[in-house]
Amino acid sequence: MPPLSVVLAEDSVLLREGLTGLLARFGHEVVAAVGDAGALPAAVASYRPDIVVTDVRMPPAFQDEGLRAALALRAEQPALPVLVLSQYVQRSYAAELLDTGDGTGVGYLLKDRIGQVEEFVTALESVAAGGTVVDPEVVRQLLRRRRDPLEKLTPREREVLGLVAEGKSNAAIARALVVTEAAVGKHIGNILGKLGLPQADDTHRRVLAVLAFLKA
Amino acid sequence: MTSPWQALARPRYLRTRWPWRSAAYLLSSAFTGIPVLLAMVLLAVFSLVGVGLPLLLLVGLPLAAVERWRLRIVDSEPAPSPHRDPAEPGVLAWARLRFTEQATWRELAYAVLHALVLWPLDVLAVGVALVAPAGMMLAPVQLAMDGHEARVIKIWLVDSYPEAFALAVGGVVLLAVLLYPLGALAGARAAFTRLLLAPKESEVLRSRARLVDSFEAERRRIERDLHDGAQQRLVALTMTLGLARLDAPPGPLADRIATAHDEAGQVLVELRELIQGIHPQVLTDYGLGAALEDVADRSAVPVDTDLDIPRLPGQVETAAYFAVCEALANVAKHSGAGRAEVTAHHRRGRLEVVVRDDGRGGATLPDSGSAAGAEGTGLTGLADRLSVLDGTLSITSPPGGPTALRLEIPCRPCP
Repeated sequence: MPPLSVVLAEDSVLLREGLTGLLARFGHEVVAAVGDAGALPAAVASYRPDIVVTDVRMPPAFQDEGLRAALALRAEQPALPVLVLSQYVQRSYAAELLDTGDGTGVGYLLKDRIGQVEEFVTALESVAAGGTVVDPEVVRQLLRRRRDPLEKLTPREREVLGLVAEGKSNAAIARALVVTEAAVGKHIGNILGKLGLPQADDTHRRVLAVLAFLKA
Repeated sequence: MTSPWQALARPRYLRTRWPWRSAAYLLSSAFTGIPVLLAMVLLAVFSLVGVGLPLLLLVGLPLAAVERWRLRIVDSEPAPSPHRDPAEPGVLAWARLRFTEQATWRELAYAVLHALVLWPLDVLAVGVALVAPAGMMLAPVQLAMDGHEARVIKIWLVDSYPEAFALAVGGVVLLAVLLYPLGALAGARAAFTRLLLAPKESEVLRSRARLVDSFEAERRRIERDLHDGAQQRLVALTMTLGLARLDAPPGPLADRIATAHDEAGQVLVELRELIQGIHPQVLTDYGLGAALEDVADRSAVPVDTDLDIPRLPGQVETAAYFAVCEALANVAKHSGAGRAEVTAHHRRGRLEVVVRDDGRGGATLPDSGSAAGAEGTGLTGLADRLSVLDGTLSITSPPGGPTALRLEIPCRPCP
C-alpha cells in the first residue's frame, strides 16, 4: 500500500494525536488535523488528501456536524474517499453516508474499531482504494431483524451479505465461514440475483447489495 | 395593584380610580351582554328551522374573546386564550378542534349565564350603588327646581333646605359606603370570568413540566459528559493497548496486554449501551422514526414497524421514544409474545403510537401515584411524563391477549 495522505477531523486532542501516531506507524501521513467540522472543507481544499477521516459529533453544536461536513464533501467530490468514525450503532448515519456518490469509497466505523489497530488500518486503506466498509456491529444489528427485501435470502446468504457489507473480499469471507472461495462466489451470485440487481461490473453490484441491505 | 379586591384592602381605596374602574367594568357588561342575548335568540330561531345550531354552540367563542379583553379594565394580569391553534388549515379542521375542546363548552356556559343573568345583575348593581346616592346628593337642586317640596328618589318627601342638604350629605356618605361592595362585586365578576374563560394551569402541572424538562436536560448533560470524556479516553486507551499488543514480543506480557485490550473493548461496548439508554443521540439527529426503527432493531422480540412521522418537538419525541422502549421491554419480559408491532402516525395534530403484541395479555396500567406493582412502575412514570404534554396512555389487554398499548400526544410538526 503506498502511503496515504489523510485529513483528520476530530475534536478530542487525545484521539487526534493518537490517530496521527497510529497512522504514521503504518506509513500514512496525517497532513492536516482539525478540531471542528467548520475547518474541514478548507483543509480538504488546500491539502487534497487521499482520504478524509472524520468524527460524527463535533463542535460547535456537538450533534452530527462531522457527518454533515462529510456528506457535503461527498456531494461536491463524489470520488473523495471518506471514513466516518462514530459512537452510534444506528443505521441511519451509515445509510445516509452510503447514499453519497455511488456508495464507493466510503466507510462507517465505530470508534471501538480504532483499537483493533490492524483491522482499522486495513479498513482505511480499503476505503481509500474505493471500497465500502460498514462496521460489523452495525451489520450485526441489521441482521437481527428480518426485513422484506431480504426475506428471500437464506440464513447463509444473509451471513455472506453481512460480511460483504463489512468490506471483506471473497477470500476473506471464505476464510471466515470456512468454505471455499467458489462457494462464496456462488452465494454472492445468488444474493445479487435474488435482490434483482442489474448485470454490471461486479464491484458496483456488491455495493448496491450492501445498500439494499442497509436500507431494507 | 392588579385587582379591585387588592385595592379594597387599602385605606385610600376611595381616592383611587378603582371604584370607577369597577363601575366601568360592571356597566360595560351590558355592551357584551345585550348583543350576545340578541345573537342567541336569533340563532335559536334559525336552529328551529334547522340551521344555525353549530353557530349557536360556538357563540361563546367571540364573546369570550371580548370578555377576556374587557377583563383588563379591572385585572392587569394577562388572560390568555385557552384554545389551541389548529394543526391544519381550513375551517373544518378549526371547527373540529373547537368542538372537542373543553374551553369551548365552558365558554358556551358563560355566554348563557352572561346573557340571561350576569349582565342585568351587573347593571343593576351599578344602578343601585350610583343612582341612589346621586339622587340624594341632588336633593337641594330638586327642591330649588320644584319650589316648596320634592320627593327624593321617590322615597323621601323634602320641604326645607336643611333637610335637603342633610340628605345630600347622606348621599355622599352612602356613595362612599356603597363603592366598597361595588368593588367587591367587580372583583368577584372578574374572578368568575377568569375562572371560566382563562383558567390557569395548575401550579402542580407546571412544576411537573419544569421537573420533566430539567430531568431531560440533566440526562443530556450526563450523556454529553460521558461521550466527550470517558468514551473518548477509553477509545484512546484501547488504541494504545492495541499498538502495545502489536509491538509486544510473544510471551506472558503480550497475553496480559491482549487481555487488557479485550477488556477495554468490552467496557467500551457497555459504555456505549449505557449512554444510548441515557439519551439516544439518534433521536436528536434523525428524529423519532429513526430512533424507533433502532429500538425495533435491538428488541429481543421480533418487531414489525409501520412509521410515518415528521420531526416533532423534542419533548414529544423523547416521551414517545421512552414509552415505546418501556413497552417493548415489558413485551419481552412479561408477555410471552412471539411478535410485536409498532405503528406511529401523525394525524390531525396528534402523534399516535401503538405497540401491539401477540402475547398472553392481562397487562394493566396502574393508577398514577398509587404504589404500583413492579410490573407497571415504568409505565406509571411514562404516563406522568405524557400528562405533562397533555398526552394520554391507554392499554387494552384482555386475558389471553393480544395487548395493545396506545399513546397520543397533541403536537405540531417542526418545520
